[in-house]
Amino acid sequence: MYRAYIKTAFFALLFTVFSGTVNAQEDHGHDNHTTEADGGRVNSKEEINAYIKHHLKDAHDFHLFSYTNDAGERKHVGFPLPVIVWTSEGLRTFMSSEFHHDDDGKVLVQKDGVTLTKLHSKIYELDNGATTVAFDEEHHPTNAHKVLDFSITKSVFGILVTGLILLLLFGGLAKQYKKKNIPTGFGRVLEPLVIYVRDEIARPNIGEKKYRRFMPYLLTVFFFIWILNLLGLTPIGFNVTGQIAVTACLAIFTAIIYLFSGTKEFWGHTLWMPGVPVILRPILAVIELVGYVLIKPFSLLVRLFANITAGHFVVMSLIALMITLKESFGPVGSTGLSLVLALFIMVIELLVAFLQAFIFTMLSSLFIGMAVEEHDHHHDEEHEDEILTQGEVEETRERFV
Amino acid sequence: MTGTLNLIGAGLIVIGGGIGLGQIGGKAMEAIARQPEAAGKIQTAMIIIGALLEGLAFGALILGS
Repeated sequence: MYRAYIKTAFFALLFTVFSGTVNAQEDHGHDNHTTEADGGRVNSKEEINAYIKHHLKDAHDFHLFSYTNDAGERKHVGFPLPVIVWTSEGLRTFMSSEFHHDDDGKVLVQKDGVTLTKLHSKIYELDNGATTVAFDEEHHPTNAHKVLDFSITKSVFGILVTGLILLLLFGGLAKQYKKKNIPTGFGRVLEPLVIYVRDEIARPNIGEKKYRRFMPYLLTVFFFIWILNLLGLTPIGFNVTGQIAVTACLAIFTAIIYLFSGTKEFWGHTLWMPGVPVILRPILAVIELVGYVLIKPFSLLVRLFANITAGHFVVMSLIALMITLKESFGPVGSTGLSLVLALFIMVIELLVAFLQAFIFTMLSSLFIGMAVEEHDHHHDEEHEDEILTQGEVEETRERFV
Repeated sequence: MTGTLNLIGAGLIVIGGGIGLGQIGGKAMEAIARQPEAAGKIQTAMIIIGALLEGLAFGALILGS
C-alpha cells in the first residue's frame, strides 16, 4: 500500500516535470524555425566542440534544449536543480535558476553577505569587496575562490533517480518472493537477470561456497551501472557513468570489498610469494600490492569512464554531422547521413551499455574471487599434480606420434 | 609540439590495442571453430581479456592526454 503510494508520487513528479517542459516547448515552439540571425546557435566546429564538452561535464541545471525566438531572444528549456554550497560564511542554498543559465561568471548571486557566481560549471565565491570577476591570462579568476559544493547536480539527480528505480523494481521483486516462490508481472523480467548475474558472473568466479556473501553488492553494481548507462542513451542528457568521480567511487567500493575480505592465503601469496627465489619475493610483493591497491581499481574506473564518455562523444559528433556537412551534402543529405550513422552507433551503444555493466561486475567478482580463494591442498601436492599432468601430456603426445 | 607528440602516442596506443583485440578475436574464432560446444566459455574469456586490454589502452590514453 505504502509502496504504491510512493510509486504514484514518483510518476506524478516525473509527469509534472516532463509535461512542464513539454508545455514550455509548445508555448514557444512555433517561433522556433525562422531567424537565421545567430543568438547563440551552434554552427561552427568550435561551437559544436564546446557544446559536446559541455554535455560531457556535470551541470547545475537540467538543460534539455535551447532555441532563438522571433524577437532574437535565447530561450532555454529545462528545469533548475538546487545548489547547496558551503561558503566562508556558512551554508547557502538556492535554486540554480538564479544564475540564469550563465556559465561565464557574469551573473552574481547575493546570499546574506556572500557573492556567488558560476564559471565553467563550478561555483565560485567572490572575495570581499569584489563586484566583478577578474581573470588572468589563462582565464582563471583572480579574485574568486571555489567553494565546497554539495549541490544536487545533474549527476546526483541521476543517481537518486536510479536509486529510486532500483528500490521500486527490486523491492517489489523481493516482496513477491516472501509471498510465493514465483514472481508476477515485471518481476518475471527481472528474475532471469538476477539469476544470470548469479550463475554466469558470481558463481564461476567467486566459487560455490562464498558467492552468496557478495551477491548483494554485485547485483546492485550491475543494475546500477546498467540503468545509468541506459539513461545516458535517452535524450534527457545524463552522463553519470561518464563522470570519473562516479566510476572512481564504484571502483573504490570493489577495492575495499576485495581487500578486506582477503583470506590469510591471499595475503600470504601476495606478500611472500611461495615457489620463487627468496631475493625476488620482496620485489614481487611490491608489484602485487601496487597491482591490487592501485592498478586494478584504476583500470576498473578508467574502463567504464572512457567507454561511456567515448560513446557519448561519438554519438554527439555524428549528430553534429548534419551541421558540419550541410554545405557539401545539402540539408537533406547531411541529415540522412547523420541519422543513419547515429542510429547505427546508438544500437552499438545499447550493447556497450550492457557490456560495460557486465564487465564491471565480472571483473569485480574476479578480483573478489582471487581474494577469497581457498587452497585446499598443500603446495607439495600441487607440484606432484603438475608433474603428473606433464607425464600425461607426454604420454598422449607419444600416442599421437 | 607537445600536441603532435601526444597525437602520435595516442595513435601508437590505438595500433597496439587494435593488434591485441585482433589477436584475441581471431584466436577466439579459431577456438570456437575447433570446439563449438565450448563457445560460451570462450566468449566469456574473450570478453574479459578484451576488457583488460581495453582498460590498459584507455589508461594509457588518459594518462597521455
